[in-house]
Amino acid sequence: MEFPEGLKYSKEHEWVLVEGNTATIGITEFAQEELGDIVYVELPEVGEKVVKDDPFGAVESVKAVSDVYAPVGGTVLEVNDVLPDNPETINDDPYGDGWMIRVEMTDEEDLKDLMTAEEYAEYVEQQKEDDDEEEEEDETEDEEEEE
Amino acid sequence: MSERRSNVLSESSAIKPQSEASVPRLLFESGSPGRSGFYWPAESEKGQTTIPGEFLREDLPGFPELGELEVLRHFTRLSHRNFAIESQFYPLGSCTMKYNPKVNEVVARLPGFAQIHPLAPVEILQGAMELLYDLERILIEISGMDCISLQPSAGAQGELTGLMLIRAGLTEKGNPRKKIIVPDTAHGTNPASSTLCGYDVVQISSTARGVIDTATVAKVMDEDVAAIMITNPNTLGLFEKDIEAIAAVVHQKGGLVYLDGANLNALMGIAKPGHMGVDVLHMNLHKTFSTPHGGGGPGAGPVAVKEGLSEYLPVPRIVKQNDKFELLEDCPKSIGRVRSFFGNFGILVRAYTYIISLGGAGLEESSRMALLNANYIRKKLETGYQIAYGEPCMHECIFTDRLQHKYGVNTLDIAKRLLDYGFHPPTIYFPLVVSGALMIEPTETETPETLDAFVEAMLAIAQEAKENPDVVKNAPHSTPVKRLDEARAARKPILRWDPGQGGAE
Amino acid sequence: MRYTPHTPSDQEQMLRTIGIDSIEELYQHIPETLRNRAKIDLPGGLTELAVRRRLAALASSNATASDWSFFLGGGIYHHFIPSAVDAVISRSEFATSYTPYQPEVSQGTLQALFEYQTLICQLTGMEISNAGVYDGASAAAEAVLMSRRIQPASRRRVLMSRALHPHYRAVITTYLKNLDDMQLEEIPFDASGATDVAELTRKFDHQSMCVIVGYPNFFGVIEDLAPIQAACARNGAQLITVTPEPLALALLKPPGAWGADIAVGEGQSLGVPMTLGGPGFGFFASQKKFVRSVPGRLVGETVDTEGRRGFVLTLATREQHIRREKATSNICTSQTLCTLASTVFMSLLGKSGMRRLAEVNVSRAHDARDRLASRPHLESCFSGAFFNEFVLRARNLESLLPRCAAARIAPGVPLGQWYPELDDCLLICVTEMNEREEIERLVGVIGN
Repeated sequence: MEFPEGLKYSKEHEWVLVEGNTATIGITEFAQEELGDIVYVELPEVGEKVVKDDPFGAVESVKAVSDVYAPVGGTVLEVNDVLPDNPETINDDPYGDGWMIRVEMTDEEDLKDLMTAEEYAEYVEQQKEDDDEEEEEDETEDEEEEE
Repeated sequence: MSERRSNVLSESSAIKPQSEASVPRLLFESGSPGRSGFYWPAESEKGQTTIPGEFLREDLPGFPELGELEVLRHFTRLSHRNFAIESQFYPLGSCTMKYNPKVNEVVARLPGFAQIHPLAPVEILQGAMELLYDLERILIEISGMDCISLQPSAGAQGELTGLMLIRAGLTEKGNPRKKIIVPDTAHGTNPASSTLCGYDVVQISSTARGVIDTATVAKVMDEDVAAIMITNPNTLGLFEKDIEAIAAVVHQKGGLVYLDGANLNALMGIAKPGHMGVDVLHMNLHKTFSTPHGGGGPGAGPVAVKEGLSEYLPVPRIVKQNDKFELLEDCPKSIGRVRSFFGNFGILVRAYTYIISLGGAGLEESSRMALLNANYIRKKLETGYQIAYGEPCMHECIFTDRLQHKYGVNTLDIAKRLLDYGFHPPTIYFPLVVSGALMIEPTETETPETLDAFVEAMLAIAQEAKENPDVVKNAPHSTPVKRLDEARAARKPILRWDPGQGGAE
Repeated sequence: MRYTPHTPSDQEQMLRTIGIDSIEELYQHIPETLRNRAKIDLPGGLTELAVRRRLAALASSNATASDWSFFLGGGIYHHFIPSAVDAVISRSEFATSYTPYQPEVSQGTLQALFEYQTLICQLTGMEISNAGVYDGASAAAEAVLMSRRIQPASRRRVLMSRALHPHYRAVITTYLKNLDDMQLEEIPFDASGATDVAELTRKFDHQSMCVIVGYPNFFGVIEDLAPIQAACARNGAQLITVTPEPLALALLKPPGAWGADIAVGEGQSLGVPMTLGGPGFGFFASQKKFVRSVPGRLVGETVDTEGRRGFVLTLATREQHIRREKATSNICTSQTLCTLASTVFMSLLGKSGMRRLAEVNVSRAHDARDRLASRPHLESCFSGAFFNEFVLRARNLESLLPRCAAARIAPGVPLGQWYPELDDCLLICVTEMNEREEIERLVGVIGN
């Protein structure tokens, strides 16, 4: 799994690319994998305000809808117009062509709460480990039974 | 005709050649201009000139033009691509797919029920009114409640009506309140109905034993909570044994208790919701009371209340004065109407017929046999699948795909493989609190031999998962169509036929 | 016992397998206080013969459209239903199957629903249709709720025509009462029997969310939607049309052609018996751009792993089982078997049959109206054009009704119960099921 260095990451599995006062936001590889085939993306309008930690849009797969939360607050400058017709772009290239919105940040301090690539990689590992632990328990139980 | 077929093929090279047998055409892809399956001679032109030209349409473009035999063949062919209770076992948890008696169908088609108009004078509808009045009393007896409305068209509409009654009662006391408590095991209609009624949803977690406990409810219960919605037995097939204590907690702070009666098939003769501290409940006549599911309805969802809420019930109410039945519209506190006319009368007739066929003892026996069948399956499947909760279940049991995970096989695969064995899969991935849930409700109308055959198939699949997982993961293999691309259907929704289309893109 | 096949030895064997001695052990854990009072106090079961006799007796004390002459409409219509319709919906593969959650074994239902959706689009002139809702009344209420999802929060005023079916208005009122932000405003009708456009225009403002009108309306009048649609467009409000008698759409310019945003109605008249007003079904159509706000099931076309065309329930993330409290509606079980009946009906009649049947209705209804309105004490109430229903004012309505009953005629629906100013008026419906001689009898009884 990829964790590009130049990005910052949120607990809700969004990534942020900071360039000056502009933040480009998308969802991570882990998030798109959990969702499965993405069929629809709900995006805000240019000019709308997004509030840190509030949902600014949603990503829909066949079986679920996930809100996408703003890792930083600001005003929407640009919206990825490829996504309405080709939502699967997020599955194919979550960190590149699959970007969702670009905002003008209101407060740089917002970035402090985000994780580095390394921290996020650990965070994801931990999430996966919790799932694996349950599986391991089952396997041990089975092994015991078979003995 | 063959010309049209070759157009279909040439325009869509992505599809494999299709024979008539493998993929039926749509109504619009056959027929011939001018053809019709209906004969009626023309009558005078009278009146047509009084409708101004700008109100008229030229044509019904695209409408089918088929003969009667063509139409019958078309739908007969389609019926062969459907699975139904009368074809095979249909153990959908929480749906209660019991036998739909044929006598119900004969009765519902009697002209005295089918050819009557709801706006005719009530004096010439006395038989219908008597049936409705009787059915009301019967359902009150079964549920242990005080009053009832037969108007809601389905369980979900019953829920909405019930919540509206609660809201009306609280509003009259001065404050409708803001929240409804809903357990994490609840059917999706519960929170959806709450929102429709203007309430916010507060979700509470079930315990590790799969039920909700009084302490958890007490923590979130306050004077902002209008009601709690409980399903009993719950969607895990477990009896919510704290229900009376929970009701007390909720009542103590002025809230009300709503019971989702979808699982009533487990309770008849065993426990009555009206004795559990419940204030409002709905029943699903298309589940517990055998009316046919029809591929998705029609159903009926009567809502019953305790006396305190009776004046809010929808209008009209049916009343008996001197041996005659009349309609009472003037109920000033009523919430009004939730649907037109009397509700799904044809379904009410079927449920009534079923209930009087069985009688009280018969209904009680149904629940006992439902419990017996569910626990029989539970015991026999435990050897091959992980059961979600250890205790005896009521009318349905839940297993998971945990034991099959290590082979890369999941619940969806198991469900699809069951299709190859000729069984309809159980409900899958619900409730959400059980990962990979397989919810099995056999109902009481199944023989032990059918249950044995089902168990055999399930255990065979468990074996296949170990020895030959691919055959499970790529199932189904023997159905008219294989796994369908749902992502494609959602990304570029095609919701109707258009003349330009020739089958799939 | 009826329908439960277990013999005593079956039960014994099963109890042994489970490891218990009696079925009672399966519910011992339920509090005794509940178990002690659970007996269902109803008479014993009956043989099938006894059941049929009992129900036949109840049925026989209802007057049917064959025993009496019905001139009753008002949202439920007496039309001919070809025998083939029942032959199809009686097939257990359609009648006893569940909602098509496993599409591989439900292609019958799914394809039929896809065809149904197409037919409704063709009939209403709209771009998309769902797989049906409960009835015309709840369809109207759901349409208003859909408009609420689409329109901005500043627009929460509903302009509802008083000429819309009273039951539909009642249901809309009941549904909206629970939502704090909604306002409902009733628009009167004028002398033509249609919505008063001048009044409507006056009521528009920046808070207007939608306008909802009958087409044809409750009085049978065919409303001119052009000025209504124009006013909606000018004011940013959505236009919702409600059609209780969709046979009319075989002849009339469809809602889509008038520019409606949402077109709903009651489908009973197309192949479903009257059955005291239910079950029927509500049809619900709209424009493609609003698809994610549509309530109810949607069936979509796709392919399987081997490239075959197939159908699935789609955009399910709008629905209650996934979206839960954020769902577009709470609807789960709907009225599928009834939509199937209408699909068969519309396929049998087809393009030419639908128009022929509609023409016969127009012809008979206008003939009846002309004959009745020419009588001295009777007059046509409204000047608007109509399809197969019209309103007649009778100076002596009170004495007419018992005379009709004695002659086994239900001459129409008295309107006074909903419209006090029309308490001397009857809503009369004439369809292809009313023979010439029946109409003559009606004229004879109430025309003198």
